Order: sequence, then structure tokens, then C-alpha cells
Amino acid sequence: MIRRLLSSSYLGILLLMLYAPILIIIVFSFTEAKVLGNWTGFSFKLYTSIFRGGVHHSLTGALWNTLIIGLVAAFGSTILGTMAAIGIHNLQPRAQKAVKMVNTIPILNPDIITAISLFLLFISLGISQGYATVILAHITFCTPYVVLSVLPRLRRMNTNLYEAALDLGATPFLAVRKILLPELRPGMISGFILAFTLSIDDFVVTLFTIGNEGLETLSTYIYADARRGGLTPELRPLSAIIFVVVLILLLIINQRAAKRKL
Amino acid sequence: MQQMTDIITVEKLSHSFGDKTVLQDINLSIAKGEFVTILGPSGCGKTTLMRLIGGFLKASEGRINIAGKEMTQAPPHLRPVNTVFQRYALFPHLNVFENIAFGLRLKKLPKEEIKKRVKQVLKIVTMMDYEERDVDSLSGGQQQRVAIARAIVNEPEVLLLDEPLAALDLKMRKDMQMEIKAMHKKLGISFLYVTHDQEEALTLSDRIVVMSEGKIQQIGTPTEIYNEPANSFVADFIGESNILNGAMIEDELVEFAGHRFECVDKGFALNEPVDVVVRPEDIYIFDLSDAAQFSGVVTSSIFKGVHYEMVINTPEGFEFLVQDYHCFDVGKTVGLRIKPFDIHVMKKERLCNSFKGVVVDKQQVKFLDTLFKCNEAGLYAAGTEVNVSVAFEDVTLFDNEEEGTLRGVVKFILYKGNHYHLRVLAEGTDQIFVDTNDIWDDGDRIGISIAPESIHLEPA
Amino acid sequence: MQQKISSFIGRRRNWSIPYVLFLGFFVVVPMLLIAYYAFTNDEGNFTLANIRKFWVHPEAMNTFIYSVVVALITTVLCILIGYPAAYILSKMEARKARLLVILFILPMWVNFLIRTLATVALFDFLKLPLGEGALIFGMVYNFLPFMIYPIYNILQKTDQNLIEAAQDLGANPRQVFLKTVLPLSVPGIMSGVIMVFMPVISTFAIAELLTINNIKLFGTTLQENIYNGTWNYGAALSLLMLLMIGLTALLNRDGNSKAAEEGGLI
Repeated sequence: MIRRLLSSSYLGILLLMLYAPILIIIVFSFTEAKVLGNWTGFSFKLYTSIFRGGVHHSLTGALWNTLIIGLVAAFGSTILGTMAAIGIHNLQPRAQKAVKMVNTIPILNPDIITAISLFLLFISLGISQGYATVILAHITFCTPYVVLSVLPRLRRMNTNLYEAALDLGATPFLAVRKILLPELRPGMISGFILAFTLSIDDFVVTLFTIGNEGLETLSTYIYADARRGGLTPELRPLSAIIFVVVLILLLIINQRAAKRKL
Repeated sequence: MQQMTDIITVEKLSHSFGDKTVLQDINLSIAKGEFVTILGPSGCGKTTLMRLIGGFLKASEGRINIAGKEMTQAPPHLRPVNTVFQRYALFPHLNVFENIAFGLRLKKLPKEEIKKRVKQVLKIVTMMDYEERDVDSLSGGQQQRVAIARAIVNEPEVLLLDEPLAALDLKMRKDMQMEIKAMHKKLGISFLYVTHDQEEALTLSDRIVVMSEGKIQQIGTPTEIYNEPANSFVADFIGESNILNGAMIEDELVEFAGHRFECVDKGFALNEPVDVVVRPEDIYIFDLSDAAQFSGVVTSSIFKGVHYEMVINTPEGFEFLVQDYHCFDVGKTVGLRIKPFDIHVMKKERLCNSFKGVVVDKQQVKFLDTLFKCNEAGLYAAGTEVNVSVAFEDVTLFDNEEEGTLRGVVKFILYKGNHYHLRVLAEGTDQIFVDTNDIWDDGDRIGISIAPESIHLEPA
Repeated sequence: MQQKISSFIGRRRNWSIPYVLFLGFFVVVPMLLIAYYAFTNDEGNFTLANIRKFWVHPEAMNTFIYSVVVALITTVLCILIGYPAAYILSKMEARKARLLVILFILPMWVNFLIRTLATVALFDFLKLPLGEGALIFGMVYNFLPFMIYPIYNILQKTDQNLIEAAQDLGANPRQVFLKTVLPLSVPGIMSGVIMVFMPVISTFAIAELLTINNIKLFGTTLQENIYNGTWNYGAALSLLMLLMIGLTALLNRDGNSKAAEEGGLI
């Protein structure tokens, strides 16, 4: 009995500490005060001003960029990664080991190393930095995760399924499309979601490959903003919205996973 | 029948998971040094029983005594028993030596003592050079032996073995069986062994406990179980059998398959219906001659390595399974003879289906939670409680669940020479027994109907 | 010709070729470039000056050592705080546990800058000073979920049979934990360490924001060098980091891809 009380309170205190900062932001997103900590009465003004106010065009611009880059990078890495996983799965053991090792490099590297390495690449080749370089950079660090999402499903899959399709008259292409890919779909979906999340959340790699033309993503915007001195008040409702969206997403994913297990 | 030398006694043990009863009123005792096997099909409750004795489950009802002390609620680490798990459960982070030494280290024995005992036990399981090895580099059989070593090094009063050989291939299994038997002899401690393989049970045990559906069906020595099965389940489960309906004409004379045979059983009522069991190897088969008690035509003959297994159809419409060293070709007419001693007669557990029911109106009676049309309902006032009886052959089964008056699942199929005797689980927990010539499978979902003229009522 | 092309595509192992080329161009070449820049000077001539600069210059060296210390403290704190949490979660009934696990993982999915700024907001709100304490708090706050998740995952997967075997052999609940569950959960701890230790050394945003740029971590040094145009020195420092990573990767060979799988996936 006591043990359960202690355990629950431990978790409770921990959760409280984890969420205190976020809760403060959410609470104070409902007030107009410029400085965090002042309560000037309940108001939705900050929420509405995100979506209207001309001053904050750059914030909405940054948001759009983030989403677009995220989607493109996620799609790109999922396609590239799935193809790669299928290929890797069928390589000879030695080649497989080598490719897997190189594949792990972007995962193990701290993002600043990846950022610097890609920065040097683009500089050396004289490629001007902008949308394209950011997307390429994101695909670089996302695809390995997609590969690692899909490979286990390949490993667990019955090897005879593909051959059975061939035996029954399907061309290799058709066999892949109708037999292989549906089996891999769960892995592809989690890979996609993972890639999207990594891309949206990314800061350092984006910073080093985004160039000086004024292109901004959410992360770079917030960083620039913070350096200028303090949180733009509009970031509070934005954070609150992001938080709620992520919460709902996670709950949905969890429900689906739970239903599948049942 | 508790003796002073009993190392484990189980009294009135029952266990349920939620509202599902898995074990019912189990009573058994294991003597010191005995090799007892719990034998039964999957789902019969044998693993649950073992886990209750091992302490991984706490019983809902009943008592377990181990080495003279009550241990029903005691946790595993306080019981003087050790378990060999079905999938070995060797610790992957420890090597062979450390796995075996695990229990000894917990007892804080001196280093030298531990070393000595581990080496000793490795010798018993013939794995002497494997001390330093990682457990995942071992084969299945080797892992099994380490698991056994790890258990016996603690010198328990009883060794529990939970289907330890289930994951091994046939040859390995047979070898390990012999090793286990030798080990038992050498160690002198009691072994409690769980398996679904009846051959294994017959080979290894001093006594066998046959279980089905959470209940003990029979306890006895291998020969007793084999030669004198207590009921049709045991007869069917152990070895191959011919099981048929018969009648005891008088003492030492039984009639079945359309003929009368001398047998050695007595004590039945005149013409009492009985179940007759004859083992295939006990039927003499020869070219048709006057020595034959009855005859038939060979419809199948398969070489089984040691003997031929043949199916004989008699003109009376019965099928017999016969085993013999000689081959008789398909189509041949043969003579058959059974020695009186080889005919085993068992009391029938039931002669027909009986249920408790209530008359609902002039045409319907309710039993098994279902309304049935019944011709005899008109003879009673509505609301009268009645005993309902239905003959086995009057129950009709349908492939399509929806076609019957109620639904059920086929649970047990017994071939009786010229028909099948099925045990069906009707919705809920009621059982219906059916005689049919149709072939059904274990687990088939079916519809059940009974014709109104076949439902017989009697005041309760 | 058509036949040759379609049979080439038909071989599934050839599907890896696009990615292999991609990896070569976007991963291998850039890393080689780091080495190249590290060993050259502004004119492109080979030199060891960059490496020497690091050894000679106390500033970079001190920052590096300081960062390693901060990373160690953070990692240890994450283990001390996170393991009990993961353990409690793993023993809870599945349905309740799942909801709580989501709550613990949720912060990982919120933009990391927002999280850091939230921490700043908290400190502002409580009128606490920013600085070293805030830095450690911010680091642990940020990385704690990354330690809890892999440990929870592996504790959950512990074979129940092994626990029963330990009990059967005489271990009481405390001994079962110390001698069986804990040793078997070490790969999870290693996963967590990998996801905490190196990132702590190499982030600069957290340090910058939570200490108003007073305290510099190694990541800040790296970033500054690139920003200021002294790419060669920056590359040399990056090379140093890569050496560290290489060492930890070698020491933990099998754990690596498992760590990535456990740590990254949903």
C-alpha cells in the first residue's frame, strides 16, 4: 500500500515538474501581457493575432515553411528509405553490414556535426542555400530512421510471400506493389510520422543550411526571436496549440495501437 | 490416502481465472522419491496445477502441503521445490556456471562449496566442459540440461518439470527422456512432470495423473492406466483403442459389434449397457478360419515401421483398428479373435442426455436456457419442473450455427466403431452428448436441434 | 535491352543503389570534407595548425572538458531520476501505464526550442536566476524523456519466465530486481545514455538561452567558429567530436542500431 502511494507520488511530482513550464506558457497564453508572468485579464487576443496581424506575417510564413519542408522531407525519406530497406534486406551479408553501418552514421552523429558537414558540402560545391538545401539536409537525417522502421518488418515478413506472387505469375514490380508494400505499410507509416516529426523539430541542421536569404522555419524564427530578447507573446498560444495537437495525435496513435493489440 | 512419506499433498484444490474455472477439486499426493506425471491435452489445467504447486499462482480454493508444511499462499522463493521451465528460462546475462550457481549464491554458500556442487551437477547432466559458455551459444538440448542442472543443484524436495522436452526434436526427446529417468533414479528426489505426450508419460512415470477439463480423470501406474482405463476419455487418450457400445449379457459375457464374447469382468447388472475397450494390438488377425470369433474385410493397411496398422470393416457395419506384425492386403477377408482378458469393460458415465427443465406451456419446455417444442409438454401444467432426457442419437447437428435451436461448439469426438459420440458445449457451460455418423472436427461451431417427439419429460 | 533493364530492377538488392549513392554523397563525402577542412588552412594547403590550436588554446579545451562534465552530470541525473520512473511505469497495469507513458513522452515531441523557452519562462516566473543551475535543470528537463523511454521499453520486454526462474531459485523480490531485472535492463540504460550524453555536449541553444549566453558549451564553440568563418578550426573541432563518437560506437557495437530503433521509434 505504502509502496503504491510512494510510486504514484514520485510519478506525480515528476510529471508536475515536466509540465510546469508548459502549463505556465499555456496559462499565460490566455492573457495579453507582453511579459510572461503578468496577468492582465483573460483574453484570446494573442490567439487571434497569430492568424491575422501583419506584424507576424513572418511567424505564419515560418510555420508554413516548416510544414511544407516537413511534408516534402517526410515523403522523400519514406520513398527513399523504403526502397533502400527493400534493397538492403536483399544484399549479401557483408554489403548489408557495411550499408547498415553507414546508415547509422546520421543517427549517431549529433545534429551539429551533420549540420557542419552538410554546410561544408554546400559551400564547397557553391550551392546557394535555401529551400532545396534544407529539404535535402532533412532527407539526409530522416531517411536512416525510415530504413530502421521498415527493415524489421522485412525481417519478420514471411520470405515466401514475394516468391509466391512470382510463382503465381506476377512480375517483380507487381509483386512488390501488391504484396510487399502492403506488408511494409505499418513500418512505412511510422517511418513517415517519425521523419515528419524530426523535420519539424529540427533546429541546428536547418540553421546551418538555410542560408541568409530570409528563409525561416519555426525553429529558426523562435531562435532569432529569443536572441533578440524574450518570447514574442504570440509564441505562447502557438506553443499551446502545438502542444494540444501533439497530445491529440499521440492519443490517437495510442488508441489505434491498443485496438490492434486487442 | 495420505502417507507419512508423502512429500506433496494437494487437497480440494480449485482455481479460476475470472469466472472461468480452470481446476476443480484436485486431490492428489506425491510420495518421496516418486516420479509422477500429470498428463492431459492442452487446456486441461495441468500447467495451472504445476504453477500452483510451484507458487507462481495462488489458489482460489484448497490446500497445498509441501514437506509437511502448508504452502498454499507461500511465494516461490520460500518453497523447497525447483522448476525446470518449458522454455528453459536461462539467464542470458550469465554464463552456464553462473546460471547454475544462481540459487546457491542466494543462499550465501561459501565459494568452494558452490564450485564443488556446480561441477558435480554438471557431471550428472554431462555438460562438464561448458562452464564458461554463454547460454545463447548452446543447442536446445544443452540448454535443457543446464536448466535441469540449475534446478537440481539446489537439492529441492521436489523437482517440477513443465513439458521440458516439448521444444526438442524427436530423437533428442527420446534421448533426454532416458537421461531424465536415469537422473531420477540417481538423485532419489520426487519428480513432478507435466506433459501432453502419453508415450512420454508411460515411459517415465511411477504413477500417472490423467487430467481433462480441469478435473482428474484417473490416477494410476502406467500399466493400470493403459490396461484399465477408468473412462472413455482415458481409454481414448492413452494409446490407440477401439471403443464401442456394448452390453453385459451376464457376468463374464459381453455383447458388442453384433457378437458375444467371453470376458473377465463381472458385477454388472443383467444386460447393462457398457463401454467396451479393446486395444488394436490385442486383436488377433489371421486368414479366415473356424478359429475366428468374427470376421471382416481389410479396408486399409499401413506399414508403421514396427507393425502394420489395419482397418477392418465387419459385415455388421463396425470398424476395427488392428495392429499386427503381419500384413493383410486391402480387400482380403480375415478372421478376428479377442482373448477374454483383453476385453476391458467400463461402466457408462451416462445413458442419455439429462437436463433440468421447466414446462412453459402446452407445447414448449425450457431447458439449457432455450425454448424447445416438446410433444410431452401438454401432459404437465405450466411451470412444472421436470427432468428432461434426450437420447444421444436424437440430437441433430447443423453446419450452420443459425439453423439450430441453439448454438454450440464440438469439444470431444470419440469414434465408437460404427458412429461418432460427440461431446458438445452448448452456449454457456452445458454439455450435450450426440451420436452421429457425420464427421465433425474439434472446435466446429454448430447448430443444435432436437425433434419435439424426442424430448422426454418426467416430473422432477 | 528492355529485358536487361527490367531484370535489373527486378533484382531487389539493386533497389539499394539509389540510397547507397545518396548516402555516399550526403553522408560520406561531407564527413570527408570535415576531415579535409580540418587539415587545411585558408589557402587549401595541408596543415596541422588547426589541431595544434585546440591543444594549445586553453579556451576550447576548457569548454570541451566543461561540456563533458555537464554531460556526465546530466546523464547520471537522468538515470537516477528516470530509472525509477521507468520501473514504476513498467509494473503498472498496461492500460494505465500507456496513458502515463504518453504523458512522459509528449515533451519529446514538442519543438525543443519551445521546450527550452518554456523552461526560461518557468525560471522567470519563479524569479529564479538563470545560470549554471538553470543549465543543468534545463538539460535534465529536456533529455529526461529520452532516458525514460528506452528503459521503460526494455523493462516491459523482460521475459516473465526469467523473473519466475529467479523466484523459483530462491530470490526474494529485492534480489529478483538486483540480480535479474536490473542486469537485463542495461541495454536500455545504454540506449538512454547514447541519446543523452553526446547531444548534451553538442547543443548550444539550451546553454545560450538558459544562461543568457554566459556559459558556453562545446556546441556553442563549434557553432561560433562556423558563423565567424573560421571553418577550418570548426572542422577540426568537429573532427574531435567525431573521434569521441567513434570511440563510443566501437565500445558499444551491437547496441547502436538497437539504440536507434528503441530510441527513435514510436
